[in-house]
Amino acid sequence: MEPVIIAFVVLSLMAAIFAVIIYFVDKQFHVEEDPRIDLIAEKLPGANCGGCGYAGCRNFAEAIVKNNSLDGLFCAPGGNKVMSEIAELMNLTAEEKKPQVAVIRCQGSFENCPPKHDYNGIKNCGFANFLFAGKGGCAYGCLGLGDCVEACKFDALYMDPITGLPVVIEDNCTACGNCVKACPRNIIELRNKGPKNRRIYVACMNKEKGIYAKANCLVACIGCNACAKECKFDAIKIENFLAYIDYKKCTLCRKCVAVCPTNCILEVNFLPKKQENANIANDSSKNIVNN
Amino acid sequence: MLKTFPKGGVHPDDCKLTAKSPIFVATLPDKVYIMLNQSAGAPAVPIVKKGDKVKTGQLIAKGEAFISSNVHSPVTGTIDKIDPILDATGYKHQAIIINVEGEDTWEEGIDITNNLIKEIKATPQEIIEKIKNAGIVGLGGAAFPTHVKLTIPQGKVAEYLLINGAECEPYLTCDHRLMLEKPEEILVGTSIIMKALGVHRAFIGIENNKLDAIELLTKLAKDYNGIEVVTLKKKYPQGAEKQLIKAITGREVPSGKLPIEVGCVVQNVGTAKAIYDAVQKNMPLIERVVTVTGPNVSKPSNFLSRIGIPLKHLIELAGGLPEDTAKLISGGPMMGKTLSNTDIPLTKAMGGILLFPYNLSKRLDPYPCIRCGRCVHACPMGLEPFYLEKLVIKERWEDAEKHWIIDCMECGSCQYICPAKRPLLDYIRLGKNKVSAIIRSRKN
Repeated sequence: MEPVIIAFVVLSLMAAIFAVIIYFVDKQFHVEEDPRIDLIAEKLPGANCGGCGYAGCRNFAEAIVKNNSLDGLFCAPGGNKVMSEIAELMNLTAEEKKPQVAVIRCQGSFENCPPKHDYNGIKNCGFANFLFAGKGGCAYGCLGLGDCVEACKFDALYMDPITGLPVVIEDNCTACGNCVKACPRNIIELRNKGPKNRRIYVACMNKEKGIYAKANCLVACIGCNACAKECKFDAIKIENFLAYIDYKKCTLCRKCVAVCPTNCILEVNFLPKKQENANIANDSSKNIVNN
Repeated sequence: MLKTFPKGGVHPDDCKLTAKSPIFVATLPDKVYIMLNQSAGAPAVPIVKKGDKVKTGQLIAKGEAFISSNVHSPVTGTIDKIDPILDATGYKHQAIIINVEGEDTWEEGIDITNNLIKEIKATPQEIIEKIKNAGIVGLGGAAFPTHVKLTIPQGKVAEYLLINGAECEPYLTCDHRLMLEKPEEILVGTSIIMKALGVHRAFIGIENNKLDAIELLTKLAKDYNGIEVVTLKKKYPQGAEKQLIKAITGREVPSGKLPIEVGCVVQNVGTAKAIYDAVQKNMPLIERVVTVTGPNVSKPSNFLSRIGIPLKHLIELAGGLPEDTAKLISGGPMMGKTLSNTDIPLTKAMGGILLFPYNLSKRLDPYPCIRCGRCVHACPMGLEPFYLEKLVIKERWEDAEKHWIIDCMECGSCQYICPAKRPLLDYIRLGKNKVSAIIRSRKN
């Protein structure tokens, strides 16, 4: 019986001594932390996507408390709701931002931009980008190896096996911008979601002269200026043989879509125009909808 | 004992199908396409315009930046246009397209006779100036402008000149044939570089699978002061700059430094011949020896081809494109680059054109890494390719930098030896690219 008692006493004594040491160490090295950091971190979505520019949600919360302002800090996945809650907590005012969504500005599917050779290196766009212009020969188009899908933390992107292009699932997309950073060709852009999720954008990034662009891809922007002439709101700019629609000026009148000779301007989530119902039904390529 | 580098290396099958076929002068097609980015660095700026008549050897584009080289017309004809065309990088770049018109009319001052001129009259400055004007770049494959390489930076002293005749890549025989057919020119060229650098000793390193070339050059080198032929053991990558220096002089180039740090300058045998032509005969670099070969090519040959000839023309001369061709490679099979079509023109950097059938070009499915360590054993730079691959997959760029990913010279030994067929080099190249971008952004 005696060894048991000795062991019990020795261990109890050790426990007591360590408890005292830990107590004093805790007092001595106590880190004073703003309680608001925890409160803000709780409010944030907790996906640690890195879209705000910080490593994780907690770092974002720390940055808000440290700066004591919301300038340049925005949690895209949380959106305006989370930001206004945080602003309330911090007694600041949050800037209202329009909800955005990622769009793929390339239509170089296997059909539109037929592959000319095979690629059997590693499945990584960043690697393929410094090897060659792409299977179809377009040096600006989608490489189709899925770096953006890898980068997405919200399951909002997948590769369509039929077209070979990534597709954005609008409901899941939080506009965190990870795919924008991942794409070596800067094809993906964050655009305003628009009223009733309606958007119009130029789905092409080809900056070559029209004749070269058209040689590789059927739906390339050839920089013909037709859309820019048609637009009454000065929303379309042509630079380097490539049209770009400014979503802040665009009123979604859809006149440019009709005049585009190569069908590279996409309209998303619109109802088909009444008088053109028959046309659109035949021309399925013009009505690719992103969901 | 034969000299070689101590660490790593692999022994791929030789396959030198064209070692016995003499250099054959390639005929000219109707049109030649001269890329403006013939060398590493900035592309040359064209000084001719559409419709201009050009003579063979006439300067058509000037290298204006520090690292850039002049480009000369390889044919006599009319400039068709200056347009972007697809080149070996896989992207479109500016090229001068010339319609070939009949026989060569040479630019004045160029000596096109075959007389050997041994006496070197030019002073070191004149030599470098002539090399610069002739647009000479390293013909081993990297195409670095030679005049830049021969300009020794302040405070450094060159002790040895190494002439690289190792030709360690399988299949390629362009340097081998050049050493057999133009040995005197190479030796005079070597003496010229020695004079330009002010060094008194030069070594010509040749692998022991080219015994005829070693014998011939050793015999002829006796007449030249300070040139010695060194027999090297056949091992890939013997012809890599740092490995060659280690094998011949026993010196090791520090990480991230140039060979001049240990007093060495390395030039390819083809470059030595081009320098001979430029300095003694005023001939600009408008042609090079290129090996067109492959297991199923009907007439694999070595061609003396003008720059800018489309590859399909050379392939036609070698007996046509074999039906089962699945891969077209410029350079050797280990380090060469796959090309996307046969319209791409010959550039100064291409030493070989390989046509591989499907069974040789197919990549096998990779298996998981079992850490057998063969890649570590094979790496001539002493890196750990399997670990670098993992770091790159996990995007741990800082760790990859700490494990010297930048020192990888992309020789491909690790991927060649890997029993699990893992794409090690692909990932390392990706990582190297990312890490060097990070280092660059840190400097700015």
